[in-house]
Amino acid sequence: MTSTSATAVLFQNVSRHFGTVRAVDGVDFEIGQGEFFAMLGPSGSGKTTCLRLIAGFEQPTAGHIEIFGETAEGLAPNRRDVNTVFQDYALFPHMTVLNNVAYALMVRGVPRAEREKRAREALSLVRLEGMDARRPAQLSGGQRQRVALARALVNRPKVLLLDEPLGALDLKLREEMQEELRRLHKQLGLTFVFVTHDQGEALSMADRVAVFNKGRIVQVGTPEDIYQRPTTRFVADFVGSSNILTPDQAPRFGGVSRWTSLRPESILIGAAADAMDVRQTAEVIDQQFQGAMRKTRLKINGLEICAMAPASQTLGVGQAATVGWSHGALHAMDGEGNDV
Amino acid sequence: MSDLALRRRGPLSSLLDAVYRRPRLFLAVLLAAPLLWLGVVYLGSLFALLAQSFFSLDDFSGVIVREFTLSTWVQLMAPANLDVIIRTVLMSALVTVADAIMAFPIAYYAARYARGPMKAAFYLLVMMPLWSSYLVKVYAWKLILAREGIDTWVLDKIGLKPLLDWYLSLPVIGGPSLSASYTGTFIVFCYVWLPYMILPVQAALERVPGNLIEASADLGASQGATFRHVILPLAFPGVVAGSIFTFSLTLGDYIIPQIVGGSQYYLGQAVYAQQGTAGNIPLAAAFSVVPILIMGVYLTFARKLGAFDAL
Repeated sequence: MTSTSATAVLFQNVSRHFGTVRAVDGVDFEIGQGEFFAMLGPSGSGKTTCLRLIAGFEQPTAGHIEIFGETAEGLAPNRRDVNTVFQDYALFPHMTVLNNVAYALMVRGVPRAEREKRAREALSLVRLEGMDARRPAQLSGGQRQRVALARALVNRPKVLLLDEPLGALDLKLREEMQEELRRLHKQLGLTFVFVTHDQGEALSMADRVAVFNKGRIVQVGTPEDIYQRPTTRFVADFVGSSNILTPDQAPRFGGVSRWTSLRPESILIGAAADAMDVRQTAEVIDQQFQGAMRKTRLKINGLEICAMAPASQTLGVGQAATVGWSHGALHAMDGEGNDV
Repeated sequence: MSDLALRRRGPLSSLLDAVYRRPRLFLAVLLAAPLLWLGVVYLGSLFALLAQSFFSLDDFSGVIVREFTLSTWVQLMAPANLDVIIRTVLMSALVTVADAIMAFPIAYYAARYARGPMKAAFYLLVMMPLWSSYLVKVYAWKLILAREGIDTWVLDKIGLKPLLDWYLSLPVIGGPSLSASYTGTFIVFCYVWLPYMILPVQAALERVPGNLIEASADLGASQGATFRHVILPLAFPGVVAGSIFTFSLTLGDYIIPQIVGGSQYYLGQAVYAQQGTAGNIPLAAAFSVVPILIMGVYLTFARKLGAFDAL
């Protein structure tokens, strides 16, 4: 991702301010061609504004944006080879499914027969056939999602932008669409930029994840990087949940005197803890059954720590238990671990 | 105070419970007064009037002959009366089209761009003309459009008076002055009914989600193409809804053409003259059926175009 020819989207010190609100504040990143790039962050963190800056719905207040090596700022959305799947799909209610999908071809003057053929191909790509003549209102949420995808893909954009596309779907459908998106990404080899506030979704789907907070990017890296080596307290806590230890507390848990993250699932309880590098005695505060796991709150060194026990491991409240973790489980964070 | 979970208190609460149990009874209580008014007083007198169109006027005595006849309807089809109908329908159609064209940009601005105080100003400016008397406005226009009026004066000052004179010399649309021509009538109709077009169009545009416009641009449509393919089709029911107002109001009006325009009659005036001066109630009744029929046809089309979803 260092050679410029393989760069799909480049942000250089990009800001977008709305009055006094700094929605995006000095953001730098580079998205490689063919990459599945996720922008992850809480609502209001600037991830959607970044997506809108790529699409052209917003223009940067400052900074420079390139799409495939060309300057993008100042260019209207219709002049960009970038298509968007909108959060609530934004399907045209007065058009049939086929005409919705063929819209991008229609406005480019592609003859009817040709555009209908290509629209049908796009619909079969997202496995939605036989719905051509329906209106969006007659479709289920999952079907609308597929129409929105087909519509954005019909013209084979250089970059596909997805703005929380799975947010409105129920869990089962969401998992199905996640796989579908992965498949499409592999099959088409396009650059996907995916905005989500769901860390699980970002980790499971993306090649790389950018974590946003307060208009800035806090960390960019592979899902493993982000999860296992968070650079700040914010990332450690937002991506999965973590026990954050202050520089004072960390040495008592076997770490160095730095802000340190200790993931709940890396804490073992009972006999399993014996083989671990660090062993401590803990008092069980309570347990919460979560299906596959039992979320267990413990008191270790006077500090409340969260651990994940197997579902079969039931512990009584107030019971003492041996707990342990490896040195590798303690991840010291950069600098002051500032909450940026 | 009792701690009972269910409280029964006297006859009034039993009555209220009964109404609650029977939604139809509730509806009846709610609608009795308006139905009595609309159904009996209004529709009743309307039908009584329409029934008159099947009577005839005795030409010699001027007395209404209360016997069933179609002679009044035959009389309505006389060329002079057909002229009145065609003139009125044509004027209504032109006023509607002109109002739609004028209202759209205003409504578009209000729906898509105006925010906060600008939006309040929009509503105020659109509604304000409705607060003053319609007669005052029409007379004001008569003065504006008169030969000695401000428009002639301004055109004279900027040297365009010959243009006005040329325009007034044109057949049909011209006349001795703007205030005594079809053009004058048209201008005043357009002005008076414009708010009734702006408001439904604005409401329809307001309901076009912003992300559809973004989606259209995203898919490569220019602003013009987005307007043609997305905004206009979605706002069109609003235009049709507005046209119901402008069309029917023009169709029935008898004051504007009487004050501004030539001496040609419009439907409303024909009804007024027949039932007043001429005392020919049967013909007046027949005349008043015409706009009802035209509006019936018009509303059927409007419903097909989805206008009632936008009211």
